[in-house]
Amino acid sequence: MFNNHKHLIDIAEYSDSEIMRILETARLFSEVNQRRIKKVPTLKGMTIVNMFNEPSTRTRSSFELAEKRLSADSLNFGGSSTSTVKGESLIDTVETLNAYKIDMIIVRDKHAGAPHIVTQHSPAAVVDAGDGKHMHPTQALLDLYTIWEHKKSFEGLKVGVVGDIAHSRVCGSLIPALKIMGAEVTVVAPQTLLPAVPSVLGADHVSLSLDDVLPELDVMYMLRIQNERLEGAPFPNINEYHRLFGLTRDRERLMKPDAIVCHPGPINRGAELDSYMADHPERSVILEQVYAGICVRMAVLYLLLGGADNGLAS
Amino acid sequence: MALLLKSARIVDPAAGLDGVGDVLVEDGLIAQVGENLECPGAEVYDLAGKVLVPGLVDMHVHLRDPGYEYKGDIETETRAAARGGFTGVCSMPNTDPVTDNGAVVEYVRSKAASVGHCRVYPAGAMTKGLKGEALSEMGDMVDHGCVAFTDDGRGVQSAGMMRRCMDYGKMFGKVFMSHCQDESLVDAGQVNEGVASTRLGLLGWPAAGEELQIERDIVLAELTGVRYHVQHISTARGVELVRAAKAKGLPVTAEATPHHMFLSEDDITSAYETSLKMNPPLRTKADAEAVTEALLDGTIDVVVTDHAPHAAWEKSREFELAPFGMIGLETSLATVLTNLVATGRMDYATLVERMAIAPRRILGLEQVSIASGSAADITVFDPEESWTVGEDGYVSKASNCGFEGQALTGRATHVFVGGVPTLVDGVVQER
Repeated sequence: MFNNHKHLIDIAEYSDSEIMRILETARLFSEVNQRRIKKVPTLKGMTIVNMFNEPSTRTRSSFELAEKRLSADSLNFGGSSTSTVKGESLIDTVETLNAYKIDMIIVRDKHAGAPHIVTQHSPAAVVDAGDGKHMHPTQALLDLYTIWEHKKSFEGLKVGVVGDIAHSRVCGSLIPALKIMGAEVTVVAPQTLLPAVPSVLGADHVSLSLDDVLPELDVMYMLRIQNERLEGAPFPNINEYHRLFGLTRDRERLMKPDAIVCHPGPINRGAELDSYMADHPERSVILEQVYAGICVRMAVLYLLLGGADNGLAS
Repeated sequence: MALLLKSARIVDPAAGLDGVGDVLVEDGLIAQVGENLECPGAEVYDLAGKVLVPGLVDMHVHLRDPGYEYKGDIETETRAAARGGFTGVCSMPNTDPVTDNGAVVEYVRSKAASVGHCRVYPAGAMTKGLKGEALSEMGDMVDHGCVAFTDDGRGVQSAGMMRRCMDYGKMFGKVFMSHCQDESLVDAGQVNEGVASTRLGLLGWPAAGEELQIERDIVLAELTGVRYHVQHISTARGVELVRAAKAKGLPVTAEATPHHMFLSEDDITSAYETSLKMNPPLRTKADAEAVTEALLDGTIDVVVTDHAPHAAWEKSREFELAPFGMIGLETSLATVLTNLVATGRMDYATLVERMAIAPRRILGLEQVSIASGSAADITVFDPEESWTVGEDGYVSKASNCGFEGQALTGRATHVFVGGVPTLVDGVVQER
């Protein structure tokens, strides 16, 4: 338990001070991750199941490394071997995991709301690692961590989120989290990639033009154009998308001098970013986000499972 | 066999009745209506404090039989109808095999006659297999007792096909009922497009996907000259379209469900309640209020349930995997009494019009009336009974009720079908 939180699903249930505590704890774990022996005995004896019911390499690897560096016993359950593929219901799968006597389930599922179902059928703590087009709270936290490292404060920070807002679970957590921390959020996309009511997520502004808003923004959050989710062809082709909504060398002149570029990965070069921006030594913080993912996930697991303090410098 | 129903408040606008009296039933017909009636040897029911009305009919019900008996069957779901106060239901044709020929209509009617707890009026599919591609055997179905045509569960996608159904079927004089859903707009929509779809990260089911087909079908009904009925209308603009068609004098009618009036998209929380997954979906509060207003002013003619039983395991799944629909037969009358009558927005006479008279008129059934000579299809309810939905389980085989846990006031106590008691003191009678 972390304050009154047993699970991490809806970031909007966390206060600004609780989110800050997670980020500060992540900073302590960053120190661990820079040691030669990157491991603390904090969660020794705890069992964490990574239940990934849809393909995921990055998120799962990040959770797995976080678990290992906290000395938890982790079990990967799912992928192509998942029992749900064999027709077993999610509830029956969870009941099976319960019988293993586990402490936490990390849930990735292609169906929105799956982590909530898990909480209703398991005594274990649940962390949402992405459910359908709904939420992805640890992604939001690692994004906040990275932005915080660069901008020091969120108050009044102007963040632009560009791309496939409608199909993005990242937005379902990132935009509410940015709002909780006091930032101002502008979503930018063609109407075909916008959700029906962007303000429900917390977006302050909606723009159908990137160039119109680019000069105002402190943080550019470029969403991946997810080809596998683009049924119904919401734009003519990648080239046109890139021309209208891609962050490119040509557009850099419109950016604030200190604006940074975030991306949840993996990048589609030539779609949402060109290589100049993706690799920009001052602006691109994309690989820092990947690193932050480990630190933030260690912090979340540690706080929710109430790990011992040993090994942590604080 | 005579029955004497004593001391109920009798409400029947068709007979001009609203007052306390007695009803004598003999040989399945109402023999006499009056005060202080006597009939030696008659079975007497003391109904003091209760309201007695012409038998209620729900013209939109999924009995799931044949083909999906694990969800519900003709015996169990007509039992639920009796518990809810209904003397008859119109069954939808999305069975397996589809009710698109005389043999299936015959099966439904004969099984209902042998094991049912209320009258069953089967609706037949407009198109073969509900595929929207070829005409069903409408004439054969009518010969076997089909009362209406509908592809309920799906909209007929092609305007040309819809016109052909209407043109061909016109000779049978039945009503054409439509589930309005343009699949090119709705796709795999799960909840109302708008706040709910954004909040829950689910594909949206836009109101326009319903309204466009309502508008199209009204145009086609005018073109072909058939009677047309909009099923489970859910949006404010849909109501406006019906209102305009009626103002023009077109033979257009519409129905609404209690869930589209008394629930809204706001009731679906981050717990992803699958019992609130409906097609069409729960809309906004403003839509629900517009639908309610339209029922009160008569733009919407009928209250129906779209009673849709599903097995528990089917609804205990991820929201996107759960099937659409909820059961409603046992709560329909009570939700209307609680939300509309008890609040003073609707009187009993209007309730009778919307739940007994209008459905028979639209389906072309013989009217029943609380008057001598009428078939003794009678519903009696206690307007004061307080109860909580689901606390004693359900009579239906299924339990997917979106009103679960709600406190309601008013409930059917007695039902008579052709003079035979099917519900007595809230207990469904065995045949």
